[in-house]
Amino acid sequence: MTPTEKPFLQIQGVHKTFRRGATETEVLHDISLDIAEGEFVSIIGHSGCGKSTLLNLVAGLTRVTTGAVLLENREVNDPGPERAVVFQNHSLLPWLTVYENVHIAVNKVFGRTKSRAERHDWTLHNLDLVQMAHAKDKRPAEISGGMKQRVGIARALAMEPKVLLMDEPFGALDALTRAHLQDSVMQIHARLGNTAIMITHDVDEAVLLSDRIVMMTNGPSARIGEVLDVDLPRPRERLELVADTRYIQAREAVLKFLYERHRFVEAA
Amino acid sequence: MNAMPARPVLIDTASGAEPALNSTSPPKSRAAKPSETKVLPLKTPSHTYGARISSALRETAATVIPPLVVVAVMLLVWQLATDKPGAALPSPMKIWAEASDLIVSPFFVYGPQDIGLGWRVLTSLERVAYGFGLAAVFGIALGAIVGQSIWAMRGLDPIFQVLRTVPPLAWLPISLAAFQDSAPSAVFVIFITAVWPVIINTAVGIRNIPQDYRNVAEVLRLNPLEYFWRIMIPSAAPYIFTGLRIGIGLSWLAIVAAEMLTGGVGIGFFIWDAWNSSRLSDIVVALFYIGVVGFVLDRLVAFIGRVATRGTANA
Repeated sequence: MTPTEKPFLQIQGVHKTFRRGATETEVLHDISLDIAEGEFVSIIGHSGCGKSTLLNLVAGLTRVTTGAVLLENREVNDPGPERAVVFQNHSLLPWLTVYENVHIAVNKVFGRTKSRAERHDWTLHNLDLVQMAHAKDKRPAEISGGMKQRVGIARALAMEPKVLLMDEPFGALDALTRAHLQDSVMQIHARLGNTAIMITHDVDEAVLLSDRIVMMTNGPSARIGEVLDVDLPRPRERLELVADTRYIQAREAVLKFLYERHRFVEAA
Repeated sequence: MNAMPARPVLIDTASGAEPALNSTSPPKSRAAKPSETKVLPLKTPSHTYGARISSALRETAATVIPPLVVVAVMLLVWQLATDKPGAALPSPMKIWAEASDLIVSPFFVYGPQDIGLGWRVLTSLERVAYGFGLAAVFGIALGAIVGQSIWAMRGLDPIFQVLRTVPPLAWLPISLAAFQDSAPSAVFVIFITAVWPVIINTAVGIRNIPQDYRNVAEVLRLNPLEYFWRIMIPSAAPYIFTGLRIGIGLSWLAIVAAEMLTGGVGIGFFIWDAWNSSRLSDIVVALFYIGVVGFVLDRLVAFIGRVATRGTANA
């Protein structure tokens, strides 16, 4: 990104206040962040720090109180497929098959621009991308948690989003499945070059996947505490990184932020 | 480790179709002997067709025999209680003597008013089909509105809650006065009896659509019509079918009340008519018919619901 070029996604002085009856709670305080095209950014923080709220603001599912979110210089006011979301609990529609879950998104986004056959191929292509084409006729209840999340990712990717938003996408998975899916996401990111924002509370995950890690202070009135550049070459190999000093330093920096300076005081 | 290989051994000895039912105790005793695992490849082929059939028969017997026994005992008690001269109610033997034609041949036609109970049931079912069909369509539509809009709910819910407690018979004079004709008022009575649970359950189902699905719909930018068909109806389907199931039961309950004023050949009117001519045996037979048909209707809606909501129940 040259200095004159406008950043791809801008979060400018965003405040978010939730009002319940007479009480107002400020969840996010003056968040500003620029994200370049193709960048993979993780947002990490303790639970309750408003990181999911921040993602919902970018998704347009929640409206900012003050400030603005700009994507390619256009203000984000409502949700849309160019900011596809991979939800924490996969959010597949249980009455549709795996194929139909992706196809409904493909039909909605490409209904006018692609032919029926192209939409079918594109659906299968995206299921292939997450290695789920073999289960295309199964219903969500018949596949494992990791597989559901893969389908959720396929559905989001199938919308060809400008920004891929992931809300703790691997949070509900066991450690082995999680590692497997992280590798998949890295491969897909390398292949497609999507701009991605991922919410996480897993330090290793953040360091492994991200170009930058945004660390949030504890809420209420959470702010961006620090932003860490992860200066590791891609493609990254989980096993090789274990001993890499840059990896260890990055990990240490995030851990120190989370557990020394911004220790979570309340019991989670 | 031993419990695993012990399982197939058990299947062909106990039951082929449903091993889970009988499998609780034997595996442990068998698993205790490690040598038993070697029998596995030899015994599995003997898991045959014959064994399957006999186990299926056994299962059918297990579900059919207990109710038969209970019915037999009830008939016996009934017979003993009413088998004396001057008893207020007819005994089973007397019913058989007086009304066996109604029991054995449901579809006879001797004259315009002298027809089998099967025909009468069909006439009543047609009436219920109209009334319940209307109740289903209006109920789901109104329920969708009430479930979607907090203001529609606040405005309408109290009214629904009051109206739904009005018994079917109470609607009779009003609907007669409004329609001036017995046929539409009978359908109206069935409709107004069955519609409330459909409305209320649909509304609850729609209010309970998980935020996740709403978010998905928003990200995909589904329009209201797409949202209705792709998200709302499937997501609320289990609730809707609960409402429909209660509704079909109620509309069948209302049939006697509805046919009291329509006359004609329905099963409800038959009871009214039999009472007026003191044919108690006929009434008992008719009650049995109504009960069986009501049971079948309930199971039918439940079955349709199960098929239609496959996969919806758990995410």
